[in-house]
Amino acid sequence: MYEKAKFLPAGDKSLIIEFGDSISPEINKKIRNMYIAMEKSGLDGIIEMVPTYRSLLVSYNPLKIKYKDLCSKLREYEENLGDSGSEPAKVVEIPTIYGGEYGPDLEFVAQHNNLSVDEVIEIHSSRNYLIYMLGFTPGFPYLGGMSEKIETPRLKTPRTKIPGGSVGIAGKQTGIYPIDSPGGWQLIGRTPVKLYDPFAEPPVLLNAGDYVRFVPIDEKEYKSILNQVEENKYKVNIALLDSEE
Amino acid sequence: MGSIKIIKPGLFTTVQDSGRMGFQRYGIPVAGAMDDFAFRVANILVGNNENAAVLEATFMGPSIEIGFDGFIAITGANMSPKLNEKSVHMWRSIEVHTGDQLTFSGSSEGLRSYIAFGGGLGVPEIMKSRSTYVRGSLGGFKGRKLMEGDEIPVDSSKSAAKPGRYISPAYIPRYSKDNVVRVVLGPQDDHFSPEAIDTFLNSEYKITSEADRMGYRLDGPKLTHVKGPDIISDGIVFGSVQVPGHGSPIVMMADRQTTGGYTKIATVIWADLPIIAQMGPGDTVRFEKVSIEESQELLANYEEVLKDIKYRVENSYIVQEKDKIFNVTIKKL
Repeated sequence: MYEKAKFLPAGDKSLIIEFGDSISPEINKKIRNMYIAMEKSGLDGIIEMVPTYRSLLVSYNPLKIKYKDLCSKLREYEENLGDSGSEPAKVVEIPTIYGGEYGPDLEFVAQHNNLSVDEVIEIHSSRNYLIYMLGFTPGFPYLGGMSEKIETPRLKTPRTKIPGGSVGIAGKQTGIYPIDSPGGWQLIGRTPVKLYDPFAEPPVLLNAGDYVRFVPIDEKEYKSILNQVEENKYKVNIALLDSEE
Repeated sequence: MGSIKIIKPGLFTTVQDSGRMGFQRYGIPVAGAMDDFAFRVANILVGNNENAAVLEATFMGPSIEIGFDGFIAITGANMSPKLNEKSVHMWRSIEVHTGDQLTFSGSSEGLRSYIAFGGGLGVPEIMKSRSTYVRGSLGGFKGRKLMEGDEIPVDSSKSAAKPGRYISPAYIPRYSKDNVVRVVLGPQDDHFSPEAIDTFLNSEYKITSEADRMGYRLDGPKLTHVKGPDIISDGIVFGSVQVPGHGSPIVMMADRQTTGGYTKIATVIWADLPIIAQMGPGDTVRFEKVSIEESQELLANYEEVLKDIKYRVENSYIVQEKDKIFNVTIKKL
């Protein structure tokens, strides 16, 4: 965590408040506190805020508040930050088929880390992952807490189309693509569960602050769950976190 | 309640307004009109709220059967619009009647046309916006591009449109295939060497065939990173210039994802986004650096122009004197 947050311009209508250069629950907590402080302030000219792992994107109207004036306001808020409340502890189970056509990069991830494919699956599916933020596309969860043993860099050239439901790894992060989209993550598997459905209420399955756990399934189970999802009959398992991680 | 009926959809025609602001923290992209200027002027010309839903046509325009009596305006790319097979002017309000056929062909200048209907398009609002986000099947007309036979309601009874509204020719943009767009450096310009930033600001980049509402991949001199191409994912805005490991910049556009993990060397300023929105594959772009203070001055100027256009449209009157028609703008002295 930086001693003082950095303010980085993102064009004429947005700026990024960067709190640190790593993924940590402490930085994430500071971002949430800053978000709450700014919401409470009612500062005129703030249009939208997007919290991420280690920064907060602030979109504003420069005809109401100019860059430099906004920066000094933000510094004030930062220096007077309070504490936020406690987190919910729900674990959403995501059934996932690993490897093969569903996870074309699983073998690369194994080779890169000198592991067997089964070891990668075992490591990936044996933890609860904190949902730090939603972003990239509707309902895309950025998950924290992946084992360093399966870290793998992003693809050099992003794929132009990745099927919805794909589970991937990018550096220290793991995540799930809710819809077909381009992207540079190493794909290790796929879930038949819909993370985003614009006609469902709510349209997004996961919430920041919840946890995700990947549960390995075989192709038969995959197809069975896929059928239930298509008929709107599938309900994800939600467990309560039995101990703080 | 009137309507329009799509006889031919054109290449890629969608319903758009100014976008779905306020939901990016859930990962919901903003979408909205690619060319904010042409979009807002189209609405101003027919007396709409500047944020009313319009049609955005891409490269090859649609054929539309009009199902209301009122006004429309066409701005943006020139797709040779015709009403009942007779050419009509762009950047003006046009009177239309039920049964009229509005047709377009391929674009001769620019890439995207905007068609505003007096009263606005009456598709349902989802998360406070009528914009279509096609990749997420969200908003607009059934969450998708328009197809033959689609019928979209027009609230023509709510229209405040008047005949003969037009904008000063000086305000009508000319669309070129080679342009300079201005950028503010950052948020991750410190991930690049001074040489890479020099290269970025002094080279010509060609827009590749992978250019759509989400983003434009560019081809040109590669930009090398000093701290590596990956960052911990953070927020992306309209105009963010992303540089992945392959070193070629990507300009993020209206349907961009909300967050991403590649370094962003610079951000195209708001006032110049309409320029790039009207460019397509094969066109070339150069980037020019401005300071954050200059960029905010340029935004103020941009909004002043739109205010002036709105004032003149709202305060102009058609006067007929014998066989001559005059357009008179009332100005406070």
